Amino acid sequence: MAERLRHVWWRDTHWRSILAQGLVLVALAAIAAWLAHNAADALTRRHVASGFGFLEHTAGFSISQTLIDYSEEMSYGRTLWVGLLNTLLVSAISIVLSTILGFVIGIGRLSSNWLVAKLCTVYIETLRNIPLLLQILFWYFGVLATLPVPRESATLGHWLVLNNRGVYVPEVMFQRGWQVVAFVSILGIVGAALVRRWAARRQQLTGERPATWWATLLLVVGLPIATLLAMGVPFSLSLPELAGFQYEGGLSINPELAGMTVALSIYTAAYIAEIVRAGLLSVARGQREAAEALGLTRGRVLRLVLIPQAMRVIIPPLASEYLSLTKNSSLAIAIGYPDLVSVFAGTVLNQTGQAIEILSITMAIYLALSLITSGLMNWYNYAHRAEGIA
Amino acid sequence: MTAFRAPPKHHEGPVEWVRVHLFDGVFNSILTLLVVALLAWAIPPLANWVFIDAVWHGSTREACEGATGACWPYIGARIGQIVYGFYDFNERWRADVVFAFGAVGLAWLVIPGLPRKGWVGGILLTVYPLVAFVLLSGGWFGLPIVSTERWGGLLLTLVVAAVGIVASLPVGVILALGRKSELPVVRALCVAFIEIWRGVPMITVLFAASSLLPLFLPDGLEFDKLLRALIAIALFNAAYMAEVVRAGLQALPKGQTEGAAALGLGYWRATVFIVLPQALRTVLPGIVNNMISMFKDTSLVTIIGFFDLMGTIQAGATDLEWASPNVAVTGYIFAALIYWAFCFSMSRYSARLEEQLAEGERR
Repeated sequence: MAERLRHVWWRDTHWRSILAQGLVLVALAAIAAWLAHNAADALTRRHVASGFGFLEHTAGFSISQTLIDYSEEMSYGRTLWVGLLNTLLVSAISIVLSTILGFVIGIGRLSSNWLVAKLCTVYIETLRNIPLLLQILFWYFGVLATLPVPRESATLGHWLVLNNRGVYVPEVMFQRGWQVVAFVSILGIVGAALVRRWAARRQQLTGERPATWWATLLLVVGLPIATLLAMGVPFSLSLPELAGFQYEGGLSINPELAGMTVALSIYTAAYIAEIVRAGLLSVARGQREAAEALGLTRGRVLRLVLIPQAMRVIIPPLASEYLSLTKNSSLAIAIGYPDLVSVFAGTVLNQTGQAIEILSITMAIYLALSLITSGLMNWYNYAHRAEGIA
Repeated sequence: MTAFRAPPKHHEGPVEWVRVHLFDGVFNSILTLLVVALLAWAIPPLANWVFIDAVWHGSTREACEGATGACWPYIGARIGQIVYGFYDFNERWRADVVFAFGAVGLAWLVIPGLPRKGWVGGILLTVYPLVAFVLLSGGWFGLPIVSTERWGGLLLTLVVAAVGIVASLPVGVILALGRKSELPVVRALCVAFIEIWRGVPMITVLFAASSLLPLFLPDGLEFDKLLRALIAIALFNAAYMAEVVRAGLQALPKGQTEGAAALGLGYWRATVFIVLPQALRTVLPGIVNNMISMFKDTSLVTIIGFFDLMGTIQAGATDLEWASPNVAVTGYIFAALIYWAFCFSMSRYSARLEEQLAEGERR
């Protein structure tokens, strides 16, 4: 006969779980206290200041690319903003470029054209398997640095100038009255969207879709052009021109930004292409067959049937790919592009020595970017959940 | 009335293949021509640079002076450094032994049909790291000590990758189990740990390891610089590993844990004997993919001043003895080939695993 177990509290799962968790908390608190004690000790020994007062101190170093007003007399706090904005700039440009390239390559890999499909496969399998850092160094030191001096630039008329000082493209200059043209153009687009909605409603009600192309053309193209001419073309192009030993005018992109953008876009595009491919393959085969049976052309099958359904599968991993692109932009420190890590966790850290504060701020910023993205993603998944599909 | 028609002719042969695969319609034909034009524009100069205009003979910088192609003598002159870093010349055999045993062990695991894979895997995860450590660092059995500062090149890359992979798996499993735990405190701690590591770039973690970790340790307790970096990489990667493992835990049918509970198994026994073997098996391809990104990420130690494969190549690119744009690019291409060979074979292996697992699922 089995001996009957007496009911004692330490065998009760409820008490046991509370006890276990209490022990974990106590152990963690003890470790944290020990670490904090050591850190305080080390800081007094090394005479390192602590606290966030340094953010007000004068930075005293210059930054090669600033999107906001910045000079050496400004504070460390200001350098944080400069760096963060540079991180966001390089990430935003690379996100746009890598998405375009990634979609083209992902769709291309599924092409019925053997050559296109093979080329896209080779692209993906090559670039995904080489470290990003190596690719950044390659583009910066291997390609951009070996471009000719400004006097011997590689040029495409005045539209694209490449030399070892960077990349130059024409810049659109806004003159007085450009706001009117912009406003009218937006009005035109909104108007065209309204016309389409009206047409869609008519189609729902009567089964006949009124032709809207002429109205769209008029609103989106005709109206803005008319305003543009009426306002006397309030735009001008500033073209890069060789002046002495360097180029002036136009929009200049320094080699660091160019190298980061090229490397990040090309590398991430390989991942996005795989996400796009998986998304397209996830659409049931019957959808494509039915669309083809209805007589839709190949382009329309893709645009109207496959991509809208694939997007639901594509968007969540795409968002996390954008996030890792943003985190990967921190490799900018290897070529001296002044991003958040390079400016703040690099130069400012070396000057002040306040590693704890600076690294906490840097990590917290990236963490905030992650949390915002995943919050938006959860919202998107909730809003676009497939209803009625098991 | 429909007239009877002969069945469509079944065409075969190269001409038909080209028509179907390359010139099927106007759009595809244009696409094919565009791609051919692109290849014709890009490949000849590339091949020229790598092979025809390249310098193949010689041993000094002069050999490559004025060349308009790759400078292969540079690789020949630096191959020792690229593979071993500054590891003492007379002790390099020790690294070779470690390489050889690792290669044999891995080949054993990968080649299908070889017996006792479990044993070999167990030895690779337990005995091998110890032997490798003793051999590489020395100090025992009369082996001269080689300090970790002298480790470098591909050797260092492989050490960092291997330690990262081996150490991150168990930590990742524990974190994943913790995230699914019924104890709220444990669950919250694991979620926080995983999300914090996954939310920050690896380079900030490496910075923290090199400049923060010493602050938090008691005075006098000195940590090897390499060891600090390894801890950071292992913990960082463990967070990613945890998410891979969690996917496996979630894919496991609930009946498995319920069945285990019905048999009277407690939490730990159910986890070790029922849950983990199945969960890890399903996410094996994911684990290998994680290893690939980990392998690529080892190159980041270059930024905190190590001379791994990437660091050696970068040092060579700016080395005055050789420096020239052609030398730099030659180095990058050579390193890219090495990284690519490792990562591509891992990704092939992962794809094969995926197929095998899918095979098992089919009935």
